[in-house]
Amino acid sequence: MIEVKNVGKIYTNGPAPFEALKDVNFKIDNGEFVAIMGPSGSGKSTLMHILGALDTPTSGEYFLDNKDVSKLSDDELADIRRDKIGFVFQSFNLLPRTTVLRNVMLPLVYADVSKHEREKRAEESLIAAGLEEEHFSHLSNQLSGGQIQRVAIARALVNNPTLILADEPTGNLDTKTGEIVLGTFQKLNRDFGRTIILITHEHEVAEHADRIIFIRDGRLVEDSKSHQKRVIHHTKHDH
Amino acid sequence: MKANFQTKLKRVSRTGLFNFWRNGTVSLASVLIMMVTLVVIGFILFGSAILNTSLTELRSKVDINVTFIPNAQESDILHIKKSLESLPEVSLVTYVSREQSLEAFKQRHADDQSILAALGELNDNPLGAVLNVKAKDPSQYGSVADYLQGQNILSANNLTIVDHINYYQNKTAIDKLIKIINTAHTLGFAITLAFIALSLLVSFNTVRLTIYMSKEEIGVMRLVGASTTYIQGPFVVVGVIYGLVAGLLTLILFLPITYWLGQTTQNFFIGLNLFSYYLVHFPQIFIIIVGSGVLLGAVSSFLAIRRYLRV
Repeated sequence: MIEVKNVGKIYTNGPAPFEALKDVNFKIDNGEFVAIMGPSGSGKSTLMHILGALDTPTSGEYFLDNKDVSKLSDDELADIRRDKIGFVFQSFNLLPRTTVLRNVMLPLVYADVSKHEREKRAEESLIAAGLEEEHFSHLSNQLSGGQIQRVAIARALVNNPTLILADEPTGNLDTKTGEIVLGTFQKLNRDFGRTIILITHEHEVAEHADRIIFIRDGRLVEDSKSHQKRVIHHTKHDH
Repeated sequence: MKANFQTKLKRVSRTGLFNFWRNGTVSLASVLIMMVTLVVIGFILFGSAILNTSLTELRSKVDINVTFIPNAQESDILHIKKSLESLPEVSLVTYVSREQSLEAFKQRHADDQSILAALGELNDNPLGAVLNVKAKDPSQYGSVADYLQGQNILSANNLTIVDHINYYQNKTAIDKLIKIINTAHTLGFAITLAFIALSLLVSFNTVRLTIYMSKEEIGVMRLVGASTTYIQGPFVVVGVIYGLVAGLLTLILFLPITYWLGQTTQNFFIGLNLFSYYLVHFPQIFIIIVGSGVLLGAVSSFLAIRRYLRV
């Protein structure tokens, strides 16, 4: 379902052209939980932007559900994000001063889903992401880091995307809360068959996935099964 | 499940209105800044009205008198009047007969007994008839005077019947006036442009600042797949609301201002009462002020947000 073919990315807006990605190739099937790992500056963020239809590659092709996404316009990319991709970021990226429920409903607004349906699906997503119902009407800036990240996960789930992209989702969380969030991803993958790509620079975080793709200096250097997968069992949480 | 244009417009307007209310303080500040711009535009409107009325009045005050010798035949004078009226530069020629000239002279010097007595000594009317000529533009008096100096106004027995033309006495004053009128026009235009440019810049930057504050929000919208219309739309709506509210407030503000200035302008500027001018021309001023506000708000928002559309 995801196929990256000879993808390269060159940034030309700096003082000198910078080659962030060089000839990257891989495939990810439906229902996989993959970590993309690399030190900072390795090109993993660039790769994340391309996988998330936030940017297009300079060369090569990127197929998402058999559709070539690499040559689309800005608005066409927005449609792809709306219909096929859910994002979870280190910095959460929620609307402040807006309720949890409204935040989760936002992608559905742009997908022209009716108000009643929006609320129903947002609530289902929030429950799946493990947020207690009492927080649904809170403003997003009134929650703890772990709770906020679960709202972000719920938002990523709500449009029933082909792919969930999580960029350093535990970066702003303490270890315990981070574990809970990673456990949520594992549960979504295991119980609901969600395809998840986790971008991280930490080995311990990457090991929560089934497969790890290593990126270094813009090249794919290793693509292997996670050797000692960390499985989190107690996903029904805790504060 | 594509939303049709109406649903889209409704949704975009609702979001815009919601954002306008939610960011109350920012909205208030933006509206006030925009009001400054609109007040400047309004004052320029009033200023040019005052200037134009004054200049028109000044222009109409300029004329030349052609005085004929006392024994000129009335038929000859009327013949000249006719030929003057046929000139393209001339807008109006008035004939003042010898008797009327005398009457006017007596009235002007009603307080001066010695002049009246001297006049009584004469058996005859010493004054000649006068043709008062108004040109369409003050700069055209020269050619009218030249025409009169020409030979075509000689009477039958080859004697000129024109006594004198006061253009040559008033030439410097007329030239000076023409110069002042032209300078006032150019200067007024330049000041207008400068003020409008300045206030546009201030308004544009204010709108840009409000959008800058929302750049995270725009990022989130972009992230979850909002199309350009859904992102840009509400901001343009907010810009339009800024302009609309600022425009209406400005129009209301002009009521007491023009009322207060009305009497002053009437006394100083040849009878133009700013308040009645405002009331009479309200429809045009409404369109200009509110229209400028709405256009300014919409265009500023539209341009300012383009920078943040990339994720």
